[in-house]
Amino acid sequence: MELTVESLVFLLFSLITLGGGLLVVTTRNLFHGALFLMLSLFGVAGLFALLTAPFLAGIQVVVYIGAIAILIIFAIMLTPQVTATRPSNNQWIAALVVAVVLFALLASIVTPLMDELGVEGWGASFTETDPPPVPEDSIADLGAAFVDPQRFMLPFEVASILLMAALVGAVMMVRPSREDDEAPAPVEAAEVAEPAPPRADAVEPVLVESQE
Amino acid sequence: MVPLYMYLLVSAALFCIGLYGVLSRRNAIAILMSIELMLNAANINLVAFWRYGQPENISGQAFAAFVFVVAAAEVAVGLALIINIYRQRRSVVADDVDLMKW
Amino acid sequence: MTDFLIDLGLSRGLAVLIAKTLGVFALATIGLVWTIFLIWIERKVAARFQDRVGPNRAGPFGLVQSFADAIKIILKEDIMHRGVDRWVFNIAPLLSVMAVLMLWVVIPWTPTLVGVDLSVGVVYVIAAGAISAIAILMAGWGSNNKFALLGAFRAVAQLISYEVPTVLALLVPVVLAGSMSLQGIVREQHVMYALAAPLTVLIFIIASMAELGRAPFDILEAESELVAGYQVEYSGFKFGLFYVGEFLHAYTVGLTMAVFFLGGWRGPFVDDLPALGAVYLFLKSFIGYFIVLWIRMTVPRVRVDQMLDLGWKFLVPLSLLNLVVVALVWKIYPGTDSIDSFSEAIGPSLVLLVVNILMILGVGAVLREQGRRERERIEAKQRALELGAEPVSDVAPAGAGR
Repeated sequence: MELTVESLVFLLFSLITLGGGLLVVTTRNLFHGALFLMLSLFGVAGLFALLTAPFLAGIQVVVYIGAIAILIIFAIMLTPQVTATRPSNNQWIAALVVAVVLFALLASIVTPLMDELGVEGWGASFTETDPPPVPEDSIADLGAAFVDPQRFMLPFEVASILLMAALVGAVMMVRPSREDDEAPAPVEAAEVAEPAPPRADAVEPVLVESQE
Repeated sequence: MVPLYMYLLVSAALFCIGLYGVLSRRNAIAILMSIELMLNAANINLVAFWRYGQPENISGQAFAAFVFVVAAAEVAVGLALIINIYRQRRSVVADDVDLMKW
Repeated sequence: MTDFLIDLGLSRGLAVLIAKTLGVFALATIGLVWTIFLIWIERKVAARFQDRVGPNRAGPFGLVQSFADAIKIILKEDIMHRGVDRWVFNIAPLLSVMAVLMLWVVIPWTPTLVGVDLSVGVVYVIAAGAISAIAILMAGWGSNNKFALLGAFRAVAQLISYEVPTVLALLVPVVLAGSMSLQGIVREQHVMYALAAPLTVLIFIIASMAELGRAPFDILEAESELVAGYQVEYSGFKFGLFYVGEFLHAYTVGLTMAVFFLGGWRGPFVDDLPALGAVYLFLKSFIGYFIVLWIRMTVPRVRVDQMLDLGWKFLVPLSLLNLVVVALVWKIYPGTDSIDSFSEAIGPSLVLLVVNILMILGVGAVLREQGRRERERIEAKQRALELGAEPVSDVAPAGAGR
C-alpha cells in the first residue's frame, strides 16, 4: 500500500472508527461509551465518503449520529445505573477469544496472506486497487431505484411500514399505564391495569434473590 | 487507491469488536451499542464491495440504505424494551433479566 | 493557490492538502470575526425595535462595543466546579461553534468560489444541525447539574423535532432544481424559489428559528425563566463560544435562506464580474437575518409543550403536504426538466405560486375554523361558569394522552 494522501486519510478514518469502537466496548462510563460510539460512527461516515458514497456518508451522520446515538443517550439518562460496577461480565475471556479467532479467520480469507503462505483454496484475496469510476448521477439513480417497480420499490415500501410499526410500537411500549384514567378508554385501561399489580408482587422476591 | 482488502479488514475488525462487546458487556444499552457497531461493519463491507466491484449497479448503496432503516427501527424498539424492563425491574443489567431461564 | 504550491515543487496531494487547510483557516477566521459585527448589528436593530438607540458610547455608533464585550468575556474567570466531566464539558462549546462553521463550507459565494461543491450539500446542511444537538447534550451532561441536564433534554427534543420540517422544507428547492448541491441549486434558480414556493419559505423560517433556539422558541435559554438552560454552568470564554455560535447560526440561517430561496449569488452583471455574486449574497442574507431579528423582537415566548405541538401537529403535516403538492405540480407541468433561462422558468414558477397561495388560504381556513371552535368552547365554558357551574380545569386530565 503506497503512501499517498488518500491512504493516509483512510488510515486516519480507520483509526478513528476502530479506536472509537474499542473504547465503546471497554469503557466503564456509559455516557462516554455513547460519545465514543458517535466518534466511531463519524469515522464510518468518513470511510463512506472515501468510498465515493457521499449520500450514504451524509445519511450516516444524520440518521446514526443525529438520531440513533441521541436516542441511546436519552435511554442512558432514563435508566440511571451505578457506574462503579465493572463493565464486563463473567465470560469476557471467552468472548475475547471468540472475537480474536473470528477476526483471524476473516482476515485470512480476505487478505492475500494465505496465498502468500502457499495455502491453496483458502482465501479469496481481494486485492483490487483500481476500480472503475462511479457514474456521475449515482444519487439520482439511487432515488430512481427506490421508486422503480422493477428494482427496489417493494423493499422501500416495506421499509417504510417497518419504520412506522417501530415508531408506533416504541411509543405504545413506553406509555405509562393508565391507572388514574377517567377519560373514556375503559378497555385498554382494564387490560393494562390488571396485569400490573400481580406482576409487581412477583418481581420483588426475584429481585431480592438476584442481588446476592 | 487503497486495496479492497484493507476496507474489508477494517470491517472485520469492527465486527469483531462489536461481537466482543455484545458477549461481554453487562449493561443492556452497551450491548445495543455494540450491535450498532456490528451493523456499521456490515455497511462498510457492503459499500466497499459496491465501490470496488460494480459501482454502476446502485444495488450496493440501496442495500446499505436499507440496513440504515433496519438499524434505526431496531434501536427504537430495543430502547423502548429496555426502558420498559427498567421500569419493571429497576435494573438494566442483562444478567438480571432471567425469568425465563431454567 | 494549489497551482502555486505545485510550482513550488510539492507533490499534488500535499499541495491540495495545504491549500485546503489555508482555505479552512481563512473561512473560519472570517466567520468568527464577522460575528463581532453581527452582535453590534443585532443590538442596534433590537434597540430600534424597542424604541431606544442601542450602544452608542463606545466608539462611533457603538462599533467598538462588541470588541469591548469580547475582551471582557475572555478575561472572565473560567469556573469548572467539582464533579464536572472535563473532556465533555470543554468540548461541547467547540462542537457548538464547529457545527455552525461547517455550514460555511458548502455555501456558494460566487459562481466560481465555493468551499467544497458537495454533490450532497443539502444532506451536509442537515448533518450540521444534528451535530449542534450533540453539542447541547454534552454541555448538559458535562455540567453535572440536574437543571442543566433537563434544559439539555428539552433543547435536544426541540432541535430534533424541528429537524423534520427543516428537511422537508429544504427538499423543495432540491425538487425544483433537480440537484442536491448548493451551487447546482443556485445555478438552476433562474426565478427565485421564494416566488415559486412562498409556503416553503414560511415553513423554513419557522423551523429554522426553532432550530436556532431563537424567540419565540427560546425556551432553551430563556434568560428570565431558566437562567441559561444547558449553558448555566458555563462562564467566561466557553460561554462566549456558545454565544458566538448562536449569533453566527442566526446569520448562517439567513445565508442558507438566501442560497436556497432568494437566488444566492444571482443578480445583474454577475457573469461579467463574479465577485459581485458575493456582494449580492451578502445583501440577500440580510433579508433573512432581519426577518429572524424582527420576529425575535416582536413575538412573546412560546411554552415548551405548545412549541412541540406546533412542530409535530402543524409543521410536519404541512411541510409533507407542501412537498407532495410542489413535486406533483412540478412533475406535471411540461418542460421542467431542463430550464435554462428566466423566460422558461417563469411559467411553472407562476403556476406554483398560485398553487402555494391556494394552499396558504386553505391552511388559513383550517386554522380559522379550529380557532373559532376553540373560542366557542371557551365561551360556552365561561357562560356555564357564570350560571353557577363548578369550575373545571381547562388543562387536559392527567394521564390522558400524556
